[in-house]
Amino acid sequence: MIVIKDLKKSFGNHLVLNGINEKIEKGEKVVVIGPSGSGKSTFLRCLNLLEVPTEGSIWFEGNNITDKNTDINLIRRKMGMVFQQFNLFPHLTVMENITLAPVKLGVMSKEEAEQKAVELLARIGLSEKAKAYPNQLSGGQKQRIAIIRALAMNPDVMLFDEPTSALDPEMVGEVLDLMVQLADEGMTMVVVTHEMRFAKKVATRVLFMDEGRIVEQNTPDEFFNNPKHPRSKEFLSKIL
Amino acid sequence: MKAITDWFIGIYQSFYNALIPDRRYLAYLNGIKVTLLISFFAILLGIIIGILVAVVKVSAVESKMKWLQSICDVYITVIRGTPLMVQLLIIYNLVFTSRNTNEIVVGAICFGINSGAYVAEIIRAGIESIDRGQMEAGRSLGLNYMQTMKLIILPQAIKNILPALGNEFIVLIKETSVASVIAVTDLTQAAQYIGSRSWDVLPPLTIAAVCYLIMTMGLSKLLTSIERRMARSDRH
Repeated sequence: MIVIKDLKKSFGNHLVLNGINEKIEKGEKVVVIGPSGSGKSTFLRCLNLLEVPTEGSIWFEGNNITDKNTDINLIRRKMGMVFQQFNLFPHLTVMENITLAPVKLGVMSKEEAEQKAVELLARIGLSEKAKAYPNQLSGGQKQRIAIIRALAMNPDVMLFDEPTSALDPEMVGEVLDLMVQLADEGMTMVVVTHEMRFAKKVATRVLFMDEGRIVEQNTPDEFFNNPKHPRSKEFLSKIL
Repeated sequence: MKAITDWFIGIYQSFYNALIPDRRYLAYLNGIKVTLLISFFAILLGIIIGILVAVVKVSAVESKMKWLQSICDVYITVIRGTPLMVQLLIIYNLVFTSRNTNEIVVGAICFGINSGAYVAEIIRAGIESIDRGQMEAGRSLGLNYMQTMKLIILPQAIKNILPALGNEFIVLIKETSVASVIAVTDLTQAAQYIGSRSWDVLPPLTIAAVCYLIMTMGLSKLLTSIERRMARSDRH
């Protein structure tokens, strides 16, 4: 589904991604972990071209999205993204947040989009918040709304950029629960996170990044119980 | 006691002379109409120019439109760096040389071009005050740059800069009094004209000042109510 070939990204003289080759299949739940500054967020943001790669190519469902002639806006409709800081639109109600993109892009009529939003809100138990503004919600509620806002476009893959890092500890659970549900339904997911419990529970594969490279990758069982690379061992010994 | 009464009667008389004979109040009304017309269309033009220039300036960074950005920089530098009255005279004499040009139109265009430079800088500051994540969230949903700008960034930016914009528009209304140099009979010109007819210039100028005050107070009331409406989403 996503093929990454020799991906490199530098900011000025600083090389953040140093040659990444990776293949993500449909239905996989890939969890990317690593120390801060290892390039994992940049890697994720390259996948939908929020960061433009310096070198290499990325293919999504057979299209080379790094090609100048590819309409990235069409590609992004199929790639939902969830941010650390939620990035809900504060001037719009929850309902408008969810329906804005599907309606303005002509993917759905206003009625269809609202119908879909009502279903999604009911699913996360926040139906009564449809007319509320983001400022009136808790962090966990905001992030769950941000997730269903992305889902409203019916994406083929969901990208999560540290979705629980900005949350109070007691709200992490409700967001992770929703992500687990998504995973169980078969959504393809790429998740950058520090939540090792989530990685163990949901991941089909763990990528460990350090200094702009994927140093080690394995199933979560193998990776957490039997890390092979010295950097992975060191990292796990610090956080577990 | 008599002196005070005489003083009041004197004042009453001079204001009466400034307003009633020869239906002079009509001249003020006409002046107010001209001032409002010039201000309204200048504000409109200023907003349009301001948004265009601001969006070009913030988006040129990530595109190949660097030359457009240079044009906008020159525009802002020249307009902000030269006196309004000189701009007005140059545009009136140089560009609109035809004899039957409408001075109100010239005035509105000139003040609009002038205001646009200030509005552009205000709007640019507003756009840059919006968190980068808002643009990223819009783009990640598949909206293009202009759609995200229009639907997500600008509405938030304008809300933040409304007080500064209000200030600019109030300044604009007052500055239209300079328009008399291109023979526009705006409110100031009307007051001066009446003063020269009645040999008493202070009462008509005072009346004009009160009229300006009412107009600017009206505008700032209007802006306050818009601000309040836009603050709906700030409730916690």
